[in-house]
Amino acid sequence: MEIRKEIVVKNKTGLHARPAALFVQIANKYQSDITIIKDDQEVNGKSIMGILMLAAEKGSKVTIVANGEDAEHAVKELEEILLNDMEPEKF
Amino acid sequence: MADNKKSSKKKQIQLKGIPAAPGIAIGKAHVFGTEDMIPQERKISESEVSGEIDRFKRALAETRKEVLAIERRISKEMGVEHGSIFRAHLLVLEDSVLVQEVISRLKKRKKNIETIFAEVLNKYISVLSSAKDEYLRDRVSDITDVGKRILRNLIGAEERSMEGLHDKSIIISYDLSPSDTAMMHKGRVIGFATDIGGRTSHTAIMAKSLEIPAVVGLESITDVVKNGDQVILDGTHGVVIVNPTKRFLDKYHKEKKKLENLEKELVELKTLPSETTDNKKVTVAGNIELPEDVASVISHGAEGIGLYRTEYFYMNRRDLPSEEEQFNAYKSVALRIKPHCVVIRTLDLGGDKFLSQLEVPREMNPFLGWRAIRFCLARPDIFKAQLRAILRASAFGNLKLMYPMISGVGELRQANMLLSEVKEDLRKEKVKFNKDIPVGAMIEVPSAAITSDVLAKEVDFFSIGTNDLIQYSLAVDRVNEKIAYLYEPTHPAVLNLIKQVIDNGHSENIPVALCGEMAGDISLTMILLGLGLDEFSTSPIAVPEIKKIVRSISYDQAKEIAEKALTFSTGKEVQDFARKRLLEIVPDIAIELSE
Repeated sequence: MEIRKEIVVKNKTGLHARPAALFVQIANKYQSDITIIKDDQEVNGKSIMGILMLAAEKGSKVTIVANGEDAEHAVKELEEILLNDMEPEKF
Repeated sequence: MADNKKSSKKKQIQLKGIPAAPGIAIGKAHVFGTEDMIPQERKISESEVSGEIDRFKRALAETRKEVLAIERRISKEMGVEHGSIFRAHLLVLEDSVLVQEVISRLKKRKKNIETIFAEVLNKYISVLSSAKDEYLRDRVSDITDVGKRILRNLIGAEERSMEGLHDKSIIISYDLSPSDTAMMHKGRVIGFATDIGGRTSHTAIMAKSLEIPAVVGLESITDVVKNGDQVILDGTHGVVIVNPTKRFLDKYHKEKKKLENLEKELVELKTLPSETTDNKKVTVAGNIELPEDVASVISHGAEGIGLYRTEYFYMNRRDLPSEEEQFNAYKSVALRIKPHCVVIRTLDLGGDKFLSQLEVPREMNPFLGWRAIRFCLARPDIFKAQLRAILRASAFGNLKLMYPMISGVGELRQANMLLSEVKEDLRKEKVKFNKDIPVGAMIEVPSAAITSDVLAKEVDFFSIGTNDLIQYSLAVDRVNEKIAYLYEPTHPAVLNLIKQVIDNGHSENIPVALCGEMAGDISLTMILLGLGLDEFSTSPIAVPEIKKIVRSISYDQAKEIAEKALTFSTGKEVQDFARKRLLEIVPDIAIELSE
């Protein structure tokens, strides 16, 4: 099963640092292969290096692609991270 | 020839950077190797490939062990939040893409693993260094740090060590990685100066924890300083002076002496009670956020914890904290601070600090919206779990509990009703707790201050939260820089509200504390004391100074100062008056204030 979902990144700091680390940790929980596509760049969603290289800032459009049995769940959970604009360090 | 002689005498150079950790250090420069490890390139044969892969995996495993050990040590010595820097390093180490890329390149290019790994690492570093975003560029240092560690384990080079360090060295470096900083122990290293980095860089944070003066963001310090040069480092003002003239040296030696004397005096104050010259006793307590912060509260001589913020439990996670987790934290704090008290503030989310897992809709005016006690009352599931945890922990020490942002007696009663339900449940379950746990209200909304006479009848103590009280009574958004000039703790309206709360509390015989930023503003200590405040709770660092001021004045004198302060018509006049009186009464503290 392949699920694709296009998302506009909402995190204040874009998809790096903590959100990226969180994304990788969650992605690794799933069996499915996970890919993130931005423009013509495609990276492995289970790799912190890959995600950092995307340099997806706030407002950029990315597509999450999950391929595997738990694809649906995976996309749902990963999407939340990209849409979430918490900034916990400012406490 | 005379010229020659003159040029051998080194010229004084002064550089301005970003102050990262306060204090003055004078010593010899130790320029910390920026030399990169450049691996020797070597062709390999097909049969060597699997051996090289094994070597790579061993180096990864070795590095992992090192990083874990550093993480453990730093977490223990400096607190979990510092240790967590190294968790990012682990993610890099475990990165399947990085590892796969190295292995497939190795197979294709048939060169030794050091060469291949350095190539891949440099590729990532160069892409990330050119990123527009500062936060992202900061990650480069994590990747470089862990990457170099792996390379070192591959090449077998010695760890950058502190060997050959003079006593009292000032470390000069382009940048310091968290693991570099972690190796430096207090004693031999007396200061840091780096070319890059900001106020919140790892170096700055670590330097502050180690209490070593540091200046970062100097841009060219590594070009200017040679090993062994004499250096003055002023971490308070962000200045580094290389090869200072005698005049400068004398000036800074004097300045340093003064700071040291003050510090020594403050250390002596630790064990002395905070009471005025005519024996009026007040409590000077510390504010904490994490159980780890207790150490700082104790080391600065605070008498208990006047504000334990509990939002931390809800940060950086996707699920809600369990009762058990909270119970363990509260219990450990209670046990460590015994026989003193801990005031635990119940969940104060909202305003600018809502978290994803709670799915709170966006609001037009979050600071006036669904937050703090309002949120807790609407989510009794979350609130009761916290109350249960606090009550259970109350069996182990002197806990008090406090509700944030009470705006009227109705909310207070509702909260207390939930509290009695929880108590009833615990009784049925035969769980031990302090059935008389003191319950307080945080006074941070003008309506609460104005009706504090009513509220005082239904609680055991008040704590004035000035950050919000000022924001609400002056209608000044405290995060809006355009109107920051209107945010005045000394505004007569604020002082009058504080007085009213204290007087109303005392009429009902309950103590009144103050736990906002204002408690740590030493220019206002005498006024607050004179208004009759019973407890100051502040960041632990400010505790000794506040004690010193309290011990330098009589209560009668303080009352006179407070009375006079209430007669002014502007905040500015109050501020000027307060500083002037402090300068007269405690001159050596006021010196620091004027800087």
